[in-house]
Amino acid sequence: MENEFGLYKLMTKDFSLFYGPKQALKSVSIKISANTVTAFIGPSGCGKSTFLRSFNRMNDLIPNVTIKGELMIDDVDIYKNMIDVYAYRKKIGMVFQRPNPFPKTIFENVAFGLRINGEKSKQVLQEAVETALHQAALWDEVKDNLNKSAMALSGGQQQRLCIARAIAVKPSVLLMDEPASALDPISTAKIEQLIYELKSIYTIVIVTHNMQQAARVSDKTGFFYLGELIEYDNTDKIFTNPAKDATQNYITGRFG
Amino acid sequence: MNRRSLLSANAKDKIFNVFAILCTGLSLLILVVLIGDILYKGLARINWSFFFNLPSRFPEQSGIYTALAGMFSLLLFTLLIALPIGIMSGIYLQEYGTKNKLAKFIEINISNLAGVPSVIYGILGLTLFVRTAGLGNSILSAALTLALLIMPVIIVSTREAIKAVPNSLREASFGMGATRWQTISRVIIPASFGGILTGIILSISRAIGETAPLIVVGALAYVPFIPEGPMDQFTSLPIQIYNWTSRPQQGFVTNAAAGIIILLVFTFLLNGIAIYLRNRWYKKTTA
Amino acid sequence: MAIIKLKSERVIEFIMLLCSLVSVLTTIGIILVLSVDTIKFFKDVSIIDFVTDTQWTPLFEDKHFGILPLLSGTLLTTFIATLVAVPVGITIAVYLNEYASKKFTAVVKPLLEVLAAIPTVVYGFFALQFVTPLLQKLIPGLAGFNALSPGLVMGVMIIPYITSLSEDALRAVPNSLREASYGLGANRFQTAFKVMVPAANSGIIVSVILAISRALGETMIVAIAAGQQPKLTFNPLESVETITTYIVQVSMGDVPRDSLEYRTIFAAGITLFLFTFLLNNISFWIRKKYSQRYE
Repeated sequence: MENEFGLYKLMTKDFSLFYGPKQALKSVSIKISANTVTAFIGPSGCGKSTFLRSFNRMNDLIPNVTIKGELMIDDVDIYKNMIDVYAYRKKIGMVFQRPNPFPKTIFENVAFGLRINGEKSKQVLQEAVETALHQAALWDEVKDNLNKSAMALSGGQQQRLCIARAIAVKPSVLLMDEPASALDPISTAKIEQLIYELKSIYTIVIVTHNMQQAARVSDKTGFFYLGELIEYDNTDKIFTNPAKDATQNYITGRFG
Repeated sequence: MNRRSLLSANAKDKIFNVFAILCTGLSLLILVVLIGDILYKGLARINWSFFFNLPSRFPEQSGIYTALAGMFSLLLFTLLIALPIGIMSGIYLQEYGTKNKLAKFIEINISNLAGVPSVIYGILGLTLFVRTAGLGNSILSAALTLALLIMPVIIVSTREAIKAVPNSLREASFGMGATRWQTISRVIIPASFGGILTGIILSISRAIGETAPLIVVGALAYVPFIPEGPMDQFTSLPIQIYNWTSRPQQGFVTNAAAGIIILLVFTFLLNGIAIYLRNRWYKKTTA
Repeated sequence: MAIIKLKSERVIEFIMLLCSLVSVLTTIGIILVLSVDTIKFFKDVSIIDFVTDTQWTPLFEDKHFGILPLLSGTLLTTFIATLVAVPVGITIAVYLNEYASKKFTAVVKPLLEVLAAIPTVVYGFFALQFVTPLLQKLIPGLAGFNALSPGLVMGVMIIPYITSLSEDALRAVPNSLREASYGLGANRFQTAFKVMVPAANSGIIVSVILAISRALGETMIVAIAAGQQPKLTFNPLESVETITTYIVQVSMGDVPRDSLEYRTIFAAGITLFLFTFLLNNISFWIRKKYSQRYE
């Protein structure tokens, strides 16, 4: 008997989500292991972003959303057993499609997560900011300008700053919603390199509409279509020999 | 990460939640108390005689007839002056003048004028219209003064209304060879009419509540006659209320409360119509 | 045909331009009218006396022309109003923006707008006939005319100014910032005060400045409830007179025109005008300077 207990970092069972009467996710079941990179691919509007955002309950911010089924992180169903959403979100980092740094200094952006946790010690903050910026491969570019406004950075730098901000609080999971889609090719390459390096520390789930990107960075890939998880398997299998026709059609560009 | 400060972050959230609801509740409570108190003090006084009596030394015989007549005449003349000038200004600034420096300068001016205290308008009117132009303490002086006061309101709402008209309508009209003014008069004004009307009604609501500039310009408190022409002396409902409020006799306090009820009915009616119009017009332009 | 059309077009445009210039003429008119008589005033009264004398008694036998008592009355009542309106106004704005449901906002906002629509003479009546007697029960020794009662009522009157403009400023902050904050695990309070409010601070500051300007220029509430005796004091329990009340008081009286006493209106008026003019321009400048933060 397969012991699912403690084996998977993220797991859903028949997870469905409704925007009012409209069903956006249909009975999605998935198991994601720790320290892997999982990519969600699929055409626009297929529900992959919605599913991603379910993992840190960002969908709570939208009115009239209802869910069914189970969604577990570290074997805790976060919809049924969750009292303190905020404490929980601190364990999950999220990076958004368009970089959204706060109009504050670079230092304050990265330190934000720590400060809201009550951290006041200058030394602790300084160390954490430096570590995060190193991990996000941004330190060398900003180390002399920590007190400059984050808005002065380029798009690619801002996105890496947002990554630094997210990992500064040492979450265990990193959710990335098309993190490179608004960036130029060089910045994109840097981010992909980053994802590869961060894998050893974090469990990463990345939504992307760029199939080459998914093929490059992820260990496993899930293909979504019209709210359903059509196929989920090792990345090389999905891209070379998918089991489902729909997957095959999407990958070869027949639609989407 | 220490537990203690984490707790206080969530505690702050909850405390603020409660505090904010209290603030909101308190503000609305004061509104209710204000209206309730005035109704309590003045509702009983309202009867036909209150409407049709002239002011008198005896509170039970005093009425708001002349005040209402004065208010309506004043309003009429104010609008006759303010509307054409205000609407024309709004159209000019929005349709012709958005690029040049003069228009920017006028814009800053209007924004300033909107913030000038109403007494200052009173002083302006006193010197310019009552004294220098020799119009005396007449409805005309007051109407000119009030017109200047409400003009920024009319200009701004006209501009907003015109701004909301989609550019595609302008292009269609020009594309058919219409001139600037034809486009404005035949296409833009009809399309923005709802918004302009809303602005007019709001400015009326503002005008009927003004007291201070009228006092400075010479509205009297004891006017036992109906004004017959723009050069006549006059009083107005807010002035009458002010006068009654300042008297010690309880009877006059009651009269003041009753007068306030009438004034509030007008004010809320006008504001309600304006909001209704704004919603209807907004649906029309965005549908 | 075409030439005639163009001419009539130009005439209409010219007429509209003239209409627009009315506003410029109004500003010039205000400045001129206030300045001319103020200059005449300062021929008889030294500026030093005006600014330093602690008594304002132009209508008495022993004449003093110090603006400080009127100024203290104006500033005291405005201060009380601001003290009430700013915390409450900003709190409500933040609550509507971050905590409240759409239904709640849809009900509360128009009701708050009602507060702004009530004519000030009504507020004055309320201050004198309800608030003052109520306060007198709570605070023994409160004079019948005092600064506290109209100050509080003015505060309530300007709450919608602050709430409405602050809420607009908060709403203009891009939602992506809010998402970033929640994504990091911040709660509503932290998101509101560590991200949203700082991002909207220029708009909020503008709302406060405009509200203060409104309170400075308010006449009827203080004319009815604050008193008509100029007194240099910062005790809210005493009766005070504001610049605006004084102007109204003298206008109602029989002061002969072109007299020194009459000109005191202009000196007092220009003082008030300078304050509000300054505040309005500062807020205009702030709005311009910070309007493009997110590009």
